[in-house]
Amino acid sequence: MTWLLPHPLASAVLLALWLLLNTTMSAAHIVLGSAVALAGGWALHALEPPKARIGRPGAILRLFSLVFADIVRSNVAVARIVLGLGGRERTSGFVNIPLDLRDPYGLAALACIITSTPGTLWVKHDPLTGMLTIHVLDLIDEGDWLRTLKGRYERLLLEIFE
Amino acid sequence: MNRTADIPAWAEIVTAALVLLGATITLIGAFGLVRMKTFYARVHPPTLGTTLGTGCIAMASIVYFSVLQTRPVLHEVLLVLFVLVTTPVTLMLLVRAALFRDEAKSEAGEASSSAIE
Amino acid sequence: MSTLVLAWSLTAAQFLLGLAMLCATFRILRGPRAQDRVVGFDTLYVTAMLLLVTFGIGLGTAIYFEAALLIALLGFVGTVALAKFLLRGEVIE
Repeated sequence: MTWLLPHPLASAVLLALWLLLNTTMSAAHIVLGSAVALAGGWALHALEPPKARIGRPGAILRLFSLVFADIVRSNVAVARIVLGLGGRERTSGFVNIPLDLRDPYGLAALACIITSTPGTLWVKHDPLTGMLTIHVLDLIDEGDWLRTLKGRYERLLLEIFE
Repeated sequence: MNRTADIPAWAEIVTAALVLLGATITLIGAFGLVRMKTFYARVHPPTLGTTLGTGCIAMASIVYFSVLQTRPVLHEVLLVLFVLVTTPVTLMLLVRAALFRDEAKSEAGEASSSAIE
Repeated sequence: MSTLVLAWSLTAAQFLLGLAMLCATFRILRGPRAQDRVVGFDTLYVTAMLLLVTFGIGLGTAIYFEAALLIALLGFVGTVALAKFLLRGEVIE
């Protein structure tokens, strides 16, 4: 079974993408999409990506709802800054955060989360020291950001990927 | 506007509200691009358009076409996913390029000023 | 009555998105440095993509979705190529 479906999750996602793109559930497209999914799985196998271990569906769901809430909240916050509401002086700057997360997929997920949330931006990550640099638009307290990022996201990502 | 006659009123109002909300959020983000003073501050506001702006307009499209064709039409989800996954890549590369260029510029500035001295 | 509401709000949304594209164009023309122009371009293509989706809703056809997906793809590749160029002075290493 492993030679036919080396990456079952990636193949399933490819099939779902194919059906979504064609907006159909007809048998012909399911067959065609399965062929694409199989070929995609083999192609991915030939590339030899690092092994991913994904666990805890509950943690994934919790992470998604957390990220969605944070995106909406920081959208409102950045919109207020752009429109000049709020009134106080605003400083932006870089924050250094030491990360315990080492899994490349976990780091990629964290990069997507941080950059998708308006107001924070992933700048660089040093794989040797695990030091992450982010840029924050509305920087009030560095320690506050450090605690938020490590407590909210990194803990859940560590649960999911390690 | 020829096919809108056979669509219930609630779907139209939801679609209209979502489209207007998404467009307003995107405009605020683009306006921030004009208003912010430095490059690193300018990178932030456009992400309003790529998150909630895209999300709202795609949701409007999903609601409208699902009601119109009386079956779920979800391919706009692909747009949202694609934009969400690609924005970090472009922004990370851009910020890295900006850092690199800032360093190169300050080094060049020092070199030229020392040459004058 | 409600059809009028949808038509009106779609036109208004297209106007707002057009203004957003003008803002992005201002940043592309004004600069001051190359990275600012690339951020402007990034915003411009995302907004153009959203404008196409609203056109699709207005005309009740799914064809515009394909065009929107294409703009998103080409815009992404274009921005990455530009950012790579700023980073090293060459696109493919």
